[in-house]
Amino acid sequence: MAKAAKKHKGIQKRNRQAYLYLLPWLLGFAILQLYPFMKSFYYSFTDYMITNKPSFVGLENYIKLLTVDTDFWNSFRVTLVYTLYTVPGKLVMALAVAVFLNRNIKGINLIRTFYYIPSLFGGSVAIAILWKLMFMDNGVINALLATLHLPAVHWLGDKKYALKTICLMEIWQFGSSMVMFLAALKNVPKDLYESASIDGAGKIASFFKITVPQITPIIFFNMIMQTIQALQNFTSAFVITEGGPLKSTYVLGMKLYKEGFTYFKMGYASAISWIIFLVIMLVTLMLFRSSSGWVHYEDDGEF
Amino acid sequence: MNKKSKKVWKLTGQYLVIFIIGVFLLYPILFMFFASFKSNEEIFGTTNLLPKSLSLQYYIDGWKGTGSMTYTKFFLNTFVLVVPTTLLTIASCSLVAYGFARFKFFGKKVLFMLLIATLMLPNAVVIIPRYTLYNQFGWINTYMPFYAPALLACYPFFIFMLIQFLRGIPKDLDQAAYIDGCGTFRTFLQILLPLMKPALFSAALFQFLWTYNDYFNSLIFINSVSKYPISLALRLSLDAESVVIWGKMMAMAFVNVLPVMLIFFFAQKYFVEGIATQGIKG
Repeated sequence: MAKAAKKHKGIQKRNRQAYLYLLPWLLGFAILQLYPFMKSFYYSFTDYMITNKPSFVGLENYIKLLTVDTDFWNSFRVTLVYTLYTVPGKLVMALAVAVFLNRNIKGINLIRTFYYIPSLFGGSVAIAILWKLMFMDNGVINALLATLHLPAVHWLGDKKYALKTICLMEIWQFGSSMVMFLAALKNVPKDLYESASIDGAGKIASFFKITVPQITPIIFFNMIMQTIQALQNFTSAFVITEGGPLKSTYVLGMKLYKEGFTYFKMGYASAISWIIFLVIMLVTLMLFRSSSGWVHYEDDGEF
Repeated sequence: MNKKSKKVWKLTGQYLVIFIIGVFLLYPILFMFFASFKSNEEIFGTTNLLPKSLSLQYYIDGWKGTGSMTYTKFFLNTFVLVVPTTLLTIASCSLVAYGFARFKFFGKKVLFMLLIATLMLPNAVVIIPRYTLYNQFGWINTYMPFYAPALLACYPFFIFMLIQFLRGIPKDLDQAAYIDGCGTFRTFLQILLPLMKPALFSAALFQFLWTYNDYFNSLIFINSVSKYPISLALRLSLDAESVVIWGKMMAMAFVNVLPVMLIFFFAQKYFVEGIATQGIKG
């Protein structure tokens, strides 16, 4: 009895040390996540240049953004369009290529490695500069089109195409999603396909009836993460087109940067950041809401 | 057509498709590499991928950088920024993951939920107060804005990934160590940490990559050229010249992506496994 009690006490004492291990994160969470999160909410209701003290102005920043500042709605629309192109574009590419590669072919590891390379560069400036060069009016892409007797396109100079050209760079980096899908595809039980083909299901039918439902958790995870990233995009628009032409690539991330770190209108920029945050929350919530209809977990979501 | 030759045709078709996708994916990188040997006329004049000559002149010119700062300096800055950030991230996140995975304590559920919630906390919404905070500390134009979040485990993604990994290591091991009189920290250091190596390595690789490629934070926090990492230096070189010598730009861009590609080729197992098993966004 006494021994068991002593042992129990020992475990309890040990468990209390957990807080010591959590300490870095507890501090980080409080100082660098929670505090800034609430502070930016507060700033968004103030007039705050980095030099003066924030003075409370109520909803003024939001009213100005939503009714006076014509750039805002443009940026809002551009960001949504960017997200609507890149997220589905990337996921469809990744899934299509993963499904195609998911068979017994020799050298699959090497192929996977090479296909992954574009994903290494993320928001790298080097790649943004490369894109700018390749898609110039007299650049190599138009030269290649000319050899195919196709007309040249003002990839970056025409407001109809500039955003799409930037989206193309994002979609080009589908490798990491593809690797995740490949791993998920490997885990789809083979006997499901066998019983489906006995029932007379074709390849396309079994793709939509078996493959897709089986990997919906991974698709869902990717969709959420990619959407959060896409709604905050900055580097590609900033380096390749600087928001132009005619602000057709002036995404919210860039607007936030300009107001906050070029003009140092911290209060106004905070209001923008909160709108970005609310959009992210709304979209994520919508995805989660819809997920019960199309995401299937083997363990019913419990672990 | 008999069955066997049909199969051969099908296989050839498959490899052809693989090859074509590969060309689309790798063409930009090859273009960048070969453009680093080309003059502007050669870049804009033709669709030829291969350069007329392989002169290293643009690498030599480009390396000189801008003003008195060479790329040697920019590379050094980059590593002074990236390496401690990576190491601090791994150290802090593994400790926190240990705390979550191996102890039962009051408030664990709530704290874990908060951790998961921060996974979705966008950088955009905290960046302005962080900036003013760092400004008060006098940390603008230093690398502290990169070190501090790493030291304080502000990367929930890696914590989560390491927790998942620790959950797969049997608890009997720590129990045995406790019975032998090992304290919790020694158990962590001597028993668990060696077993966590693959996960730690994956996390380190991704943190290295993301910090190395990151542009936004460097742009905001670093403002003197002598402290510029390569990402900012590249952008500076692009803006500094009235007529851009693209061969030179591409040479430096290639120099920028080369370390990433080398690391990837040497450690690709960890990359691919990290993504496949832990679901890293990449």
